[in-house]
Amino acid sequence: MNDHIDGNMLAGALWQVFRPDITAAQARCAGCGMVGPVAGLTVYADAPGTVARCVRCEQVNLQLVQSPTDLWLSTTGLSFLRFRIPGQ
Amino acid sequence: MWQKARLVERRVETASATTLVFEPEQWDGHLAGQHADIRLTADDGYQAVRSYSLAAPARDGRIEFTVQRVIDGEVSPYLCDDLPEGAYAEIRGPVGGWFVWREADTRPVMLVAGGSGIVPLQAMIRQRRAVASRVPFRLLYSVRSPAEVIYSDELARPSLNGGLETSLLYTREAPPEVRRPLGRIGLADITAHGWPPEFEPACFICGPAGFVEAAAKILIALGHDSHRIKTERFG
Ligand SMILES: Cc1cc2nc3c(=O)[nH]c(=O)nc-3n(C[C@H](O)[C@H](O)[C@H](O)COP(=O)(O)OP(=O)(O)OC[C@H]3O[C@@H](n4cnc5c(N)ncnc54)[C@H](O)[C@@H]3O)c2cc1C
Ligand SMILES: [Zn+2]
Repeated sequence: MNDHIDGNMLAGALWQVFRPDITAAQARCAGCGMVGPVAGLTVYADAPGTVARCVRCEQVNLQLVQSPTDLWLSTTGLSFLRFRIPGQ
Repeated sequence: MWQKARLVERRVETASATTLVFEPEQWDGHLAGQHADIRLTADDGYQAVRSYSLAAPARDGRIEFTVQRVIDGEVSPYLCDDLPEGAYAEIRGPVGGWFVWREADTRPVMLVAGGSGIVPLQAMIRQRRAVASRVPFRLLYSVRSPAEVIYSDELARPSLNGGLETSLLYTREAPPEVRRPLGRIGLADITAHGWPPEFEPACFICGPAGFVEAAAKILIALGHDSHRIKTERFG
């Protein structure tokens, strides 16, 4: 069994705090410059938090940790997230 | 964010897959391919969250999921076998705006499913039917054996599926009349039953991670543009 899935699974957790859907956003890896949808990232969900890595260079792009009251999101592995503005 | 949803109906699809129909407190519809997260809380407060694809368009405020039992899994056996009708689960969604098919998109569609990966793709097939879309669909569905084909009756009824061509690819056991050798999805399957890259189809691949990667590689090798290929890995 593979131990990773993909960025589609981030949708629910981030929908709690962001209005636009995160999985369709384009993310640029700060490591190698690869640009692609967040849904395409490699996601490891068994860690205490959730770690999303670049499919090309494996750099950690996003890290998510959730407590009962807070959600921590680290985006230092990305140089940008590009969202299509809803309705445009 | 989390809302309660009551289990109102349970339908056995195969020996290992069950469809669960829930009635959430409020539901404003969803796109074909979206999922919801289901959260279960044990008596001691322990919580588990898993994602499940919405298997059909919402009807009368009801939504449905099809869950395949994963041996020794924490959540799927409980949903398949134990959650009683009338009981509540917590639901968050609909979520996921990337792995979706919109009927305004008129490109031909190629669906590639491995095992329970059929669920969000069947949601697209059902949405196509619900809106009487004439977009041509082709489904390639890899399964172990005839007994494991989820939605087999529905897929086999021509009257429901005008404009949809379904090819079943068996890996372990096949009906006697099937000539394709048993085995995993290969280049020949997609050449024979998929759309050629020149048609520029919208491609959706869903299933276990290994299956998704293998199928995506074949599509790329055949010349499909990676921007037209959307993938979703289940486990
Ligand atoms: C976006 C998304 C949509 C999904 N939609 C569906 C759906 O419509 N229907 C459905 O049945 N599942 C779906 N899944 C998978 C589902 O979320 C769970 O992963 C699955 O039900 C297993 O959960 P579990 O708690 O029973 O097993 P766990 O306790 O989480 O895992 C037990 C063991 O089984 C392995 N495993 C985990 N998932 C799978 C799998 N899918 N197949 C085989 N082995 C696995 C694990 O690696 C682990 O070793 C979806 C997943 C995602 C990310
Ligand atoms: Zn990278």
